[in-house]
Amino acid sequence: MTIFGLWVINKAGGLVYQRNFGDGLPNLTSNEYLVLAGTLHGIHAITSRLSPTGPSSGAQVIEGETFKLNILLTHTGTLIFLTSLVEPTADAMLQNVYEIYTEAVMKNPFHTPEMPIRTEGFDTKVTALLGGR
Amino acid sequence: MAYTQANPQNPRFSVLSSSSLSSAEHLSPNSSRFSLPNTPSINTTLGTPRPNLRPNIYDRHLSKTRAAEVSASSFAYLFSEVVQYTQKRVSGINDLERRLNILGYRIGMRVLELNVWRTESTSKAPKREIRFLPALMSIHTQVWRAVFGKPADAIEKSVENDDEYMIVDNEPPITRNISIPRDMSQLSCSSFTAGIVEAVLDGLGFVHDWILPKTPLPIQYVQPARVTAHNTPSDADAYPGRTTILIKLERSVIEREELLK
Repeated sequence: MTIFGLWVINKAGGLVYQRNFGDGLPNLTSNEYLVLAGTLHGIHAITSRLSPTGPSSGAQVIEGETFKLNILLTHTGTLIFLTSLVEPTADAMLQNVYEIYTEAVMKNPFHTPEMPIRTEGFDTKVTALLGGR
Repeated sequence: MAYTQANPQNPRFSVLSSSSLSSAEHLSPNSSRFSLPNTPSINTTLGTPRPNLRPNIYDRHLSKTRAAEVSASSFAYLFSEVVQYTQKRVSGINDLERRLNILGYRIGMRVLELNVWRTESTSKAPKREIRFLPALMSIHTQVWRAVFGKPADAIEKSVENDDEYMIVDNEPPITRNISIPRDMSQLSCSSFTAGIVEAVLDGLGFVHDWILPKTPLPIQYVQPARVTAHNTPSDADAYPGRTTILIKLERSVIEREELLK
């Protein structure tokens, strides 16, 4: 599996879910993660304003030399990020993660929207999909 | 409370409108559990039905259920809102479960009636189930199928108490997407299902002792629900959402069963 990280960012730019799969990602403190998430949210917002052909949903892929960052903007403004090596199925993976998110998080009465995701069902299903520890 | 005062005639609203109502009131004989709204909330007096319009739910055929399915997602969102709404108005897990039970009870009454119409109206010798075990079997298969689209997974009898029976569902559809937080691990949202089962058993003449009403407030009404739901995850983690609906029978029902043997 070449998926390394999964982030979910709420529409205000706050990091509500962050998980690492496999080794290799730098060890950051939770505060650093929050800052990075806010920055990424900002970058995404900027890219959505740069479109020459009217309104845009913003960046979908940020690609580096060795890795790829896939971004999914949901209808409600929540952003889902997936860090991977050059992974051709990352798009499909993102859709699956989104599906799990709607199933296990949005339909769970004990989840407060826009708040950090502490839902056991989400963890289990993400683990089943992406592996990891 | 303002809502109940605005609608003093309509007890339908009083079930959840205010947290100041005690649970005993909910379970009293005059509670909304047993009452019907005075005004129909759905306009049933449509004139000639317009073409291209789905027929009114009251005009549809009772037994044709093929196109009558409800989207599981829509129901999941609705049920999620029901739990959130209820949770804001209760003081503890027991109260929450009791209110879900009451909501389920209101569904169970209708399920029983509908099922009886479906199965007995075409029968040459219509009957009502008076023995407990066949009634339990019909809940396990027919009620479950009508409500959840599949039969329950098992019926068990308690080895310790002869008045306790259990219906087991390995993966209840209504709680499939619900993750209970750790601090509320006692909670089972299947109390809703327990309410349905309780209503069906009540309607068939089990569980509560109807024959000897006690005055002024019969003791059985203030007792907690006799049908309860419990989380019983299976050992091998195969069914983390496994739920047991526990039915505790009245002593008089067991005595009656003995007589009928």
